[in-house]
Amino acid sequence: MRNEMKIQFSALSQNESFARVTVAAFIAQIDPTVDELTEIKTVVSEAVTNAIIHGYENKATGMVYIEAAIEEDTIHLTIRDEGMGIPDLDQARQPLYTSKPELERSGMGFTIMENFMDEVEVISEPSFGTTIHLTKYLTKNKAMCN
Amino acid sequence: MGLAVNLELKHTVLCIRLDGELDHHTADLLRNQVEDYLKKHTVKHIVLNLEGLSFMDSSGLGVILGRYKQIKNQDGEMVVCAISPAVKRLFEMSGLFKIIRLEEDEELALQALGVA
Repeated sequence: MRNEMKIQFSALSQNESFARVTVAAFIAQIDPTVDELTEIKTVVSEAVTNAIIHGYENKATGMVYIEAAIEEDTIHLTIRDEGMGIPDLDQARQPLYTSKPELERSGMGFTIMENFMDEVEVISEPSFGTTIHLTKYLTKNKAMCN
Repeated sequence: MGLAVNLELKHTVLCIRLDGELDHHTADLLRNQVEDYLKKHTVKHIVLNLEGLSFMDSSGLGVILGRYKQIKNQDGEMVVCAISPAVKRLFEMSGLFKIIRLEEDEELALQALGVA
């Protein structure tokens, strides 16, 4: 059975914690491990932070949209903004690359998403916004087979 | 849940103890508090104690790297201690351990800097 939820909230940094905790509470229904839950919280934080800092350049009038779906042991997340978009996606996904070094960004956001999730798809159009699709397969069935 | 920042000067080593969650929102708070402190006190090295940190993302890596550069510019060192497996993964992924030394706890970190 597929189970879905959607939230939307203002592009404010204080909502980063709200977003990751909310998604984690939804995902908890399918019994992820503590490590898997931490990974999900981290990637939500990365994607939402990107939307706030890069998509909307800290303009709080923007909205961030999250859709989450759980189906068997698979988690699908979509995190979307209607901000400025990413001009060069390949460059943005390079480890340690940041377009805002003056803000002490580490440039690790996409690298973390790629490491913690099984599938990462980024769709971005200048001045229309960025959508990130993330998929993760939980490992509990594999563990039970061992 | 936010972040509590506790600062204590031991000889010339600034011990920064974090309790809570370090993300983009709380990273600004940490940066401002530490920069303020460094302006007002003579600090040679930094020990960053992450024992009470329950969550961190790449914004945390950024602010830690920023403080590392700051103390390095003054010929100081930064030692990180008491980190969780989750935070350790982020450090490893970003290569931060190549430049920042890791110790098990604050006492060992202070010893490593010669002030225990």
